[in-house]
Amino acid sequence: MDTQVYIALSMILPLVGTIMIWMSGPRPNQREVVTIIIALLTFLCVLQILPEVLAGQEPELVVAELLPGLPLAFKIEPLGMMFGLIASFLWIITSFYAIGYMRGHHEPNQTRFYMCFAIAISSALAIAFSGNMFTLFIAYEVLTLSTYPLVTHGQTEEAKRAGRVYLGILMSTSIGLLLVGVLWTWSAAGTLDFTKGGILRGNIDDGLVIVLLFLYIYGIGKAALMPIHRWLPAAMVAPTPVSALLHAVAVVKAGVFTVLKVIIYIFGADYLRETGASVWLMYVAGGTVLLASLVALTKDNLKARLAYSTISQLAYVVLAGALATSHSLVGGAMHIAMHAFGKITLFFCAGAIMVASHKTEISQMRGLGWRMPFTFTAFLIGSLSVIGLPPMGGSWSKWYIALGAADADQIIFIAVLMISSLLNVAYLIPVFARGFFGPKSEEDAQMSDHHGDQESHGAGGTRSGRIAEAPLFCVVPLWVTAIGCLALFVYADRLYAMLAPIVK
Amino acid sequence: MLSAHLPALIIVIPLMAAPLCILLRGKDQAFGVALLATWASFACACFITVRVLAEGTISYEMGGWAPPFGIELRIDALSAYILLIVSGIGSVVAPYSRSSLLLEYVEERSYMFYSAFLLCLCGLMGVVVTGDAFNLFVFLEISSLSSYVLIALGFDRRALTASYQYLIMGTIGATFIVISIGLLYQATGTLNMADIAKRLPAHGYDRTVIAAFGFLVVGAGLKIALFPLHQWLPNAYTFAPSTVTAFLAATATKVSVYILLRFMFTVFGVEFSFGTLPTAVPLMVLAVLAMFIPSIVACFQTNVKRILAYSSVAQIGYMILGVSFVSVTGLTAGILHLFNHALMKGGLFLVLGAIIYRIGSCHIDKMAGLAKRMPWTMAAFVGGGLSLIGIPLTAGFVSKWYLILAALEKGWWYVAILIVASSLIAVIYVWRVVESAYFRELPEEFADVAEAPLSLLVPAWVLVAANFYFGVDTSLSVGMAELAAKALMGAG
Repeated sequence: MDTQVYIALSMILPLVGTIMIWMSGPRPNQREVVTIIIALLTFLCVLQILPEVLAGQEPELVVAELLPGLPLAFKIEPLGMMFGLIASFLWIITSFYAIGYMRGHHEPNQTRFYMCFAIAISSALAIAFSGNMFTLFIAYEVLTLSTYPLVTHGQTEEAKRAGRVYLGILMSTSIGLLLVGVLWTWSAAGTLDFTKGGILRGNIDDGLVIVLLFLYIYGIGKAALMPIHRWLPAAMVAPTPVSALLHAVAVVKAGVFTVLKVIIYIFGADYLRETGASVWLMYVAGGTVLLASLVALTKDNLKARLAYSTISQLAYVVLAGALATSHSLVGGAMHIAMHAFGKITLFFCAGAIMVASHKTEISQMRGLGWRMPFTFTAFLIGSLSVIGLPPMGGSWSKWYIALGAADADQIIFIAVLMISSLLNVAYLIPVFARGFFGPKSEEDAQMSDHHGDQESHGAGGTRSGRIAEAPLFCVVPLWVTAIGCLALFVYADRLYAMLAPIVK
Repeated sequence: MLSAHLPALIIVIPLMAAPLCILLRGKDQAFGVALLATWASFACACFITVRVLAEGTISYEMGGWAPPFGIELRIDALSAYILLIVSGIGSVVAPYSRSSLLLEYVEERSYMFYSAFLLCLCGLMGVVVTGDAFNLFVFLEISSLSSYVLIALGFDRRALTASYQYLIMGTIGATFIVISIGLLYQATGTLNMADIAKRLPAHGYDRTVIAAFGFLVVGAGLKIALFPLHQWLPNAYTFAPSTVTAFLAATATKVSVYILLRFMFTVFGVEFSFGTLPTAVPLMVLAVLAMFIPSIVACFQTNVKRILAYSSVAQIGYMILGVSFVSVTGLTAGILHLFNHALMKGGLFLVLGAIIYRIGSCHIDKMAGLAKRMPWTMAAFVGGGLSLIGIPLTAGFVSKWYLILAALEKGWWYVAILIVASSLIAVIYVWRVVESAYFRELPEEFADVAEAPLSLLVPAWVLVAANFYFGVDTSLSVGMAELAAKALMGAG
């Protein structure tokens, strides 16, 4: 009973927060205090559900029956628990960061920004907790729509174009493919409940599983599998906190989370392996891993590089799902957590650099590390985690995915993972290296001037190598997440233990 | 005691109120009468619905003459459902009409508007409640004639040609329907629809009946604006006053669909309409064409009213598509979409009325940046637009869900794909408006435009909110549609 209240609260609180943020719109301090309090409370509510899930139970909450036989229902299993924890925890951190960033950057329409943010979190939690595919689909669409105003926050011509790509791809895939897939499942299986072992076995012709899988995988545009990944780099026009939380955590992770959820609870991992319907997906995902990494190498804009890196990392999770062995699925699920912390650190750093020095291109960042040592060190930590090197959390998830590839006798994908790690090194480490291996003082000033006066005003008189970090509201959050990367390495066993039941 | 006469009252009230408006003349008096009459009919419709749900079909003998000799009013689940739509939209539009009248036509003559409006309402509801085929034609003509007047009231002079165009097309349609009724009378010797249905099998489906069927389908098709018989609709909707557009878009075509359903399923019977005659496939082809061609045309329009008008033609395609499946789920989807489409289009046209009220135009370029000045109005547009696209938690999604389900049930996955593809076109034409209002610079001339007055905003928001309500609580909309569909399919 109590748990049900917490489940409901964790999704309702952000919505209540939306209204409170709206009402305190003219008073920025109050508005941001409200945001943070709501974020904290939401996280606490999610935390209250954890003990029951750890005890092996799956608390349920049925809200109402929308259509006959199709209730709006929530059921929390370990995978959703993990996603819910990550999303609600990182919302707190991002809220702090957003205060520093949005004020430092003098962004307009901040009230709308915080409101949409809260709605997006609420729908991300609804995705995490959803008990059937119908509920998940609804929350998925709400997430798309609530993030649209965030992506187009600038309301410029560029933002409008990005918004078109964003909405165009996510809408057309979800309505055009996912909805058809969901309806097909419903009319074939007569249920959409997430059930261990899947609901399709015996209800659908084995040969058609591959078609249905295609509808699901490409219907979930948020997973950004090539060639429907274009929306992700386009969405980078958004303010950095949006990119950070939504495009490293909520939106894209909602995508790969849904992929895993569908594979485990709709198809059933065993059924998928037996029919061999997911072999094509392994190759597409493997290809996306490598291609996106290669594209990332060519990007000079830091956020664009991170965006392609995200596409590549998301494909890891899809690959893990396609392999559909118990190791790979747990590994994929862990990767959602690991990558969330790693990538959000990187995005926070990119935003901090932008706020402090107004620099967006990697080639402009020579020597910047001496002025922003905390930011750049955190960037290194995040990079190492994304690459998958100990002692960062990212190493574990890659380990398990590789193990899964070995289980499935798909040795080639171990090679893909290794090559990708090398590519990750190649596109992430130079950012850090350029920050510290560049000239330190006078030349730096010249460099800045050289790159155009129009963008170097923000740096003001601090070009001479003194430390000029972003506001504390930016730096502290990015260190929190960086430490999170370390912590996830040390406490990975707990995460594993929590997730293990999903493949039992 | 009174409740027994509800089926008669629901037509008598607006019929009596219409001349009263003319007699009173005063702007406020006429408005008051119209408001009371529409709300009273809505209340009647609610009571009738409750009774139909509890007791089943209501049969009311006009003047105590037993059918088939006397005139029978006959209300089943389908009729009650359509009654709810028509009177419900009427009672939202009536309070709205007061303010939106001011700018669009001469104030002194507003009593004429109200009496035409009430007559139209009376005609539309009469079509639905009557059990007599000739009555149905008479009521249809009452509603049509008054709607020609209503359209002609538009501020733009082109409203006159639009109205004339509709008059010609509508009259042809009505004539076809009356020819069909005449042929049926010749074949069976009765005008009571239930009675015709009973006698037809004994008479046999000879050439007369087939001709009657053909005339009926084409005639109703004209009134429905089924592609390619929709040419009158875009102009009529564009140039009519916004109140009228909202009212007609949400009710008139729905009632015409009702006529088609009533004749095809109840009078002729499913067996004959779809078994003997190959009606389903041509209907489906036309429906699919309607879903695509007008949608694509809508993407290239610059007048937002016209965009929505073409979208209406496309949405009618969905309804007819549902019918053409000839299954309970398909019919449910079609009938459900009658309801849901009334909510979304009614709401959207009311929003446009509010915009016209403030800036005097609803050209897509004139609406540039308008969201800054009229945030609530534009938010309502976005809400209605989302329902039109069919986003989850809106009414439009529920219709689409059932429609696709019906296609998959039949195993016609390619139709399912066509449905989603055409609904994606809706994203384009809705989002063009949204982008204009939210992303472009506000022109100088509209820099101090104020938000629409509450008397316009509230009705518009009522309908938009209904889109969300019926997207979540579907027990009424889906429940009744399913009941009506089962009755129709069972009747054959």
